[in-house]
Amino acid sequence: MSSILIIEQILNGLQFGVMLFLMAAGLTLIFGVMGLINLAHGSLYMVGAFAAAAVAGATGSFLLALVAALAAAALAGAIVEMVVIRRLYKAPHLDQVLATFALILIFSEGTRWVFGSFPLFLDIPDALSGPVTLPGGIEYPLYRLTLIGIGLAVAVGLWALIERTRLGIRIRAGENDREMIAALGVDISKLYTLVFALGAALAGLAGALVGAIQSVQVGMGEPVLILAFVVIVIGGIGSVRGAFIGALLVGLTDTLGGVFLPELFKLFMDNGAAQKTGSALASMGIYVLMGLVLIWRPTGLFGARA
Amino acid sequence: MKKFLAAAAVSALCATGALAEVKVGMITTLSGGGAGLGIDVRDGFMLAIAQSGRDDIEVVIEDDQRKPDIAVQLSDKMIQSERVDVMTGIIWSNLAMAVVPAAVNQNVFYLSPNAGPSPLAGKGCHQNYFNVAWQNDNLHEAAGAYANGAGYKNSFIMAPNYPAGVDALTGYKRFFDGDLAGEIYTELGQTDYAAEIAQIRASDADSVFFFLPGGMGISFLKQYADSGIEKPVVGPAFSFDQGILQAVGDAALGVVNTSQWNKDIDNATNAAFVESFQAEYGRLPSLYASQGFDTANLLLSALDKADPSDADAFREALRAAEFDSTRGDFSFGSNHHPVQTIYAREVIKEGDVFTNKTLGVALENHADAYAAECKM
Amino acid sequence: MRLDERYINGLMIAGLLALPLWALVADQPFTITLMTRAVILALAAVGLNIVLGIGGMVSFGHAAFFGIGGYAMGILAYHAQTYTALDLGAFTTEGTKFMPVIWLVAMITSGLAASFIGLLSLRTSGVYFIMITLAFGQMFFYFAISWAQYGGEDGLSIYVRNDFPGLNTLMPIQFYGICFALLCLVLALFARLQASPFGLALNATRQAAVRVETVGLNPMRLKLLAFVLSGAITGLAGALFADLNRFVSPTMFSWQLSGELIVLIVIGGVGRLMGPVIGACVYVALEHFLGEITDFWHVYLGVILLCIVLFGRGGLIGLLTGKEGAHV
Repeated sequence: MSSILIIEQILNGLQFGVMLFLMAAGLTLIFGVMGLINLAHGSLYMVGAFAAAAVAGATGSFLLALVAALAAAALAGAIVEMVVIRRLYKAPHLDQVLATFALILIFSEGTRWVFGSFPLFLDIPDALSGPVTLPGGIEYPLYRLTLIGIGLAVAVGLWALIERTRLGIRIRAGENDREMIAALGVDISKLYTLVFALGAALAGLAGALVGAIQSVQVGMGEPVLILAFVVIVIGGIGSVRGAFIGALLVGLTDTLGGVFLPELFKLFMDNGAAQKTGSALASMGIYVLMGLVLIWRPTGLFGARA
Repeated sequence: MKKFLAAAAVSALCATGALAEVKVGMITTLSGGGAGLGIDVRDGFMLAIAQSGRDDIEVVIEDDQRKPDIAVQLSDKMIQSERVDVMTGIIWSNLAMAVVPAAVNQNVFYLSPNAGPSPLAGKGCHQNYFNVAWQNDNLHEAAGAYANGAGYKNSFIMAPNYPAGVDALTGYKRFFDGDLAGEIYTELGQTDYAAEIAQIRASDADSVFFFLPGGMGISFLKQYADSGIEKPVVGPAFSFDQGILQAVGDAALGVVNTSQWNKDIDNATNAAFVESFQAEYGRLPSLYASQGFDTANLLLSALDKADPSDADAFREALRAAEFDSTRGDFSFGSNHHPVQTIYAREVIKEGDVFTNKTLGVALENHADAYAAECKM
Repeated sequence: MRLDERYINGLMIAGLLALPLWALVADQPFTITLMTRAVILALAAVGLNIVLGIGGMVSFGHAAFFGIGGYAMGILAYHAQTYTALDLGAFTTEGTKFMPVIWLVAMITSGLAASFIGLLSLRTSGVYFIMITLAFGQMFFYFAISWAQYGGEDGLSIYVRNDFPGLNTLMPIQFYGICFALLCLVLALFARLQASPFGLALNATRQAAVRVETVGLNPMRLKLLAFVLSGAITGLAGALFADLNRFVSPTMFSWQLSGELIVLIVIGGVGRLMGPVIGACVYVALEHFLGEITDFWHVYLGVILLCIVLFGRGGLIGLLTGKEGAHV
């Protein structure tokens, strides 16, 4: 296996990782600030992708599609927060799991009701399509490079938002002591709606960006949701930094495991059997990673509380 | 007046006792991610029933949600409560494996409009089981044969790591004479193929064969087109079907795929089917719709000759397959699976709509590889 | 009007007895099949209720045990039906179609898996516990999908239901009888457990683990024991479920199924003796009747579940008895 291929695969893992980060960041913020487990986060990802596909189909503009995805997901998030989620903050985790499980059902079948049963079309904008040649002669799709760039930019932006702005101070305060910041006169319910909408918008953005190179279909959010949960558990629930590290770890493990495990098994198996065994183990790889991390550190890499 | 005559004809037939009320149970996928396929099969099937003008056929339709346990439960319901004579509708091989063996052993006829898992074609074949679509390997075998004809010598092949995926690669290899530049099993439900595409780029393959049904295929084709790799792609029709082609878009243009049906296959039945399907449902029919339509017409042809209560006569009538298929010539092999011609077709754009154009024959009058194992 | 919980429980059992008999007389065999499904799901959920209801551990991976039970049945019956030997290293067996043996194997294997998963997972708590159990469930799911020897994603079909001495298990009512009897046994066990010193201590670990420790008990051991017992019961339900469908497949391991088991308990009432039973009956009924009305029945199911969480704290039993908590 050539070093070019290895570098390309590492880039692929990175790209997968930063997209997972967009999902995981919202999930972990929502848990950190409100203490809520939101299984319906994957539905917001789907809402973003469908909104983008609908707007791109109507206007032909990818930029407008991204704006629509952000807006639709944020709006859906804000509505869900005000109608349903708000009543669950004090409820046990169990009720949260059940209520957001119910939301998945409503979102998925509701989307199918509106958009029909067939996948929608969403394509990469012309300006970003096709491969570029990187130093060292690596050919790599420009769009995927852009995704890595956007993901990193969002990570930096989130960091700045949380560490450097007034809203960030409130978010951090909300994580540490809810009663206190309410007593200080911060409108806590507005803050919660805002954080939830922010998390939803990030998920919607990820849905739209990824939707351009994947299939925009009902149920697309659920596999990503599970992965995003794995990410935030590895990183430590509530920690945005942990979500970033966790996302990269999961992205790299999944991509590189899928490539190198079959190669490894080829050393002592015949080709077909090695492929099957290797890819079977690779699909379990991230869960093994998560198990190992939790056995080593029961609250994740950067987690403070359970 | 016309209506009256038709009704009179029906009642006259009924009066002779040749026909009694027939109950058909259709279990198919109508909700969730794979619903598009089930809806097409149902619509094609019901179109044929409606066109027959017969009002003595009752079709009970149920949604399996693509869950095997629900499908089994529905099948119990069809057999125990509804007491259906004939069952049909299942899309997925794993659901078929869960439902069919038990159903046919309870003296119900089963006509498969889509799935054709190898056990049901080989050792597990049954006299009451008829497959009207294809044995699972067929389209992949045709892809292998097409690759030979196209002069490919070194293929990179991939499929998801599950039985139908393994069957797909086996089917391709059975007919492909060249070498393999790579053989990859991906994760079922995988949506990102960057790693596999990198391997394809690094390999010395001259062609790529893939079997990735549903959303997986859409994702792969879009990403492959964006990678700038020029190696030609072949695959079975499942990833190039009318329902999903619009979601793949330009990325699919020019790709060759193998299918036993296409909307331009030249026969009167097919032309009428395509036109009436479009008129009725406002969309172009898919492969699955054609299979649903053919399944219903096979059933109707057998009902014209015998009643399901006379199982032996009805079975013979089914086996004769004397109906006008949308794919032209159609007959059953010894294991009740189709012997049919499989075509190579190419994805083109007609106006704003992506669709397929037939290029030529990939495999003529092709039967499946398991018939010899079937002892019926 | 507020009802006594014991009254509801009695009514429920009476209903589970009377309705199938009515269906038998009215020649509605499918109603019996539906009820069998409800009873088996209830059995699995009663198992989960031990850790979730008494112990307060939200396991999001109980499908793992359900699936293991199912595959124990599938593998044993598959070898028996194909007359092939099952090589277990130390010894080989021809498989079996004898239900009691299958149940025993299902309970032992899923109990063993539960002790392994529990040992690792119980180091964590809260959300981390939810997620690590989910991860173990997913591992089993992916393993089953790629386990080509036993059908991979296609699953395994067992052509004839397994045998129980003296009964014809293919008759819906007789198979229902077996499942119902097992459910009653497990419910009795659950009731005994809840009132036993072990159950009380387990309940105490949920509320204040530190206090339990100071009394000299080991909360970790209590929880592990509960987890193993819970896994074994859910495994037994898995074997029955496989027998009901005469089919096993990796969907028995899916995380949605783990979610559904939790849903059943919450619908009925967490930690209540009959909570899972009521939940399962309501869920199966909703699934069946809503599906008849519309293709988009998931939307309505979602709305109903949402209402139960938001307005019916304490589940249906809580609603009927007017007591929110199971623990007075």
